[in-house]
Amino acid sequence: MATLQLKQVVKEFGDARVIKGVDLEVHDREFVVFVGPSGCGKSTLLRMIAGLESTSSGDIVIDGERINEVAPADRGLAMVFQSYALYPHMTVEDNMGFSLRLAGVAKAQRREKVLAAARILQLEPLLDRKPKALSGGQRQRVAIGRAIVRNPSIFLFDEPLSNLDAALRVKMRIELARLHDELDATMIYVTHDQIEAMTMADKIVVLQNGLVEQVGSPMELYHHPRNLFVAGFIGSPKMNFLEVRVIGAGPDGVTIELPSGATCEVPVAGEGLAAGSTLTLGIRPEHLYESEQAVVEGEIVVIERLGGETCLYLQAGDDSMTVVTDGDVAHRVHDKVSLAFEPRRAHLFDAEGDALPSLHRHPLAAMKRGENRASSSPTPDDQ
Amino acid sequence: MTMLASKRLWLAVLAWGITLVMFFPIFWMFLTGFKTEAAAVATPSLFFSPTLESYMAVLERTDYLKFAINSVIMAFGSTALALLIAVPCAYSMAFLPTPRTKGTLLWMLSTKMLPPVGVLMPIYLIFRDTGLLDSQLGLVIVYTLMNLPIVVWMLYTFFKDLPKDILEAGRMDGAGTSQEIIYLLLPLTLPGIASTGLLAIILSWNEAFWSLNLTSYDAAPLTAFIASFSSPEGLFWAKLSAASTMAIAPILVFGWLSQKQLVRGLTFGAVK
Repeated sequence: MATLQLKQVVKEFGDARVIKGVDLEVHDREFVVFVGPSGCGKSTLLRMIAGLESTSSGDIVIDGERINEVAPADRGLAMVFQSYALYPHMTVEDNMGFSLRLAGVAKAQRREKVLAAARILQLEPLLDRKPKALSGGQRQRVAIGRAIVRNPSIFLFDEPLSNLDAALRVKMRIELARLHDELDATMIYVTHDQIEAMTMADKIVVLQNGLVEQVGSPMELYHHPRNLFVAGFIGSPKMNFLEVRVIGAGPDGVTIELPSGATCEVPVAGEGLAAGSTLTLGIRPEHLYESEQAVVEGEIVVIERLGGETCLYLQAGDDSMTVVTDGDVAHRVHDKVSLAFEPRRAHLFDAEGDALPSLHRHPLAAMKRGENRASSSPTPDDQ
Repeated sequence: MTMLASKRLWLAVLAWGITLVMFFPIFWMFLTGFKTEAAAVATPSLFFSPTLESYMAVLERTDYLKFAINSVIMAFGSTALALLIAVPCAYSMAFLPTPRTKGTLLWMLSTKMLPPVGVLMPIYLIFRDTGLLDSQLGLVIVYTLMNLPIVVWMLYTFFKDLPKDILEAGRMDGAGTSQEIIYLLLPLTLPGIASTGLLAIILSWNEAFWSLNLTSYDAAPLTAFIASFSSPEGLFWAKLSAASTMAIAPILVFGWLSQKQLVRGLTFGAVK
């Protein structure tokens, strides 16, 4: 059992308020990802949970106990650093067993625990090496192994994959997800990479300027972003935004007029909106498709062919737009394309940037990563 | 010969030239120690019949070993004490800096700009009243304080090069401040600490101003030993050279043996 609660947590460095009152609940065995642009405070928040940074006000509660003043090592946490932070003068075995050595665990017992962790991470052949004789991926695994040996109630990861090359990052992403299932532990993971957040999280916490913008499952954030920031941050390529005019609002949605003059009814709650007021329409590049009943028309400026899919960058009047379409489209630059979208895929944001609540919940919005798989996951003995 | 090779050759010639110029006085002193007093003042010549006469005279007249032991105790003692004080000091400055840290460091260094003679009188009076005159402890204290700014500065720069993450990982693993220092900081910055210590030993060994003014016999180190040969009876070049050679020999051998460590330490930050 390991739960974590943050209650109105604040961090101030001198006059600068870096974390401005964060409330958060992390459930047992959850994989929670803090994501946000650099400088949003996500690493600071993680370091506050770890105890490496003091908390200016608010409570940090683990398993019902307030731990603000508890020393880092006594919080029952383990942290994996972005730089791995291995002890360069110790062998892999000593690195992994350092916490046990400090705790006064006998050598034989220490070795046993280190070996158990090394087995999970396939590190056994490397136990006698020093960190400098390891590759980046191996160092990363040792850092994770060092965390496992401590048998923490909560694992903390501070951008652990950002020093790895792209291929290794994908591999480690999968390995971390596997590890989460295998260890059945609560994990908190910080990243600026929304793909890592989407692929690994049960719950994503989007942070900006020291505030939580939205908390939810990956699919909830994708389908029901609460505001313009989350809508733009989650999803790649970025969501398209267009300024639109309200024609009317009723119980079935809001009818809007696009810059092209086309109209459509978006099924969001907007009763009481005055006709003529302006909103921002958000539509994801992958939800635009070519159609005779054009809602948007534009000229192709750049084409990026990725093989499986193609990204078209358009100029539509004053707006630039992105479309993700089939890999085999034959378009060329300067071609004119007519696009449409299904109104239920569209998002509307008011002048403050807050989303108008959708009238239909997406069926996958509550789905967590763990539910992607069949019910039984393979245990290490099966491999 | 390519441009690069000729450039390298010239650099080598220049380096050797400078080295020879710097080393020549020591070399000449070494030779003079093996001459008779008459030969020492005669027209300089590389060819003479070497004699141990001056060395014998020096050893007969003074207790070399006593001075040497004083030098060793004071150089090593003051260095050990300085490191003991400076390691925690540099640790807190490097890893727990406050807005005043930079200023404190500069202030510490600025004390080195004060001419020592400016504080001779108060220190002499304090030493007289506390009975520290001509005592090993007294000079150990003076040398420690004299080297402390440099030692703290050097350790501070070595410690600053150590990634903070490593110490934080240690803290997550359960290390307290002293364990952090003993298990992580010291082993990882050992080359830097060693070269700092070596420098402090050499500076203390060669220090003459305080040792001449604050000691007379009991605690007199080798610098005082040399000085005693440039004394009232006039200059005896051969004996003075022999005494000087004996005074610098230990530190020279010591420095030569540890030169690898010294170079490694002084380039520690540059190569990582």
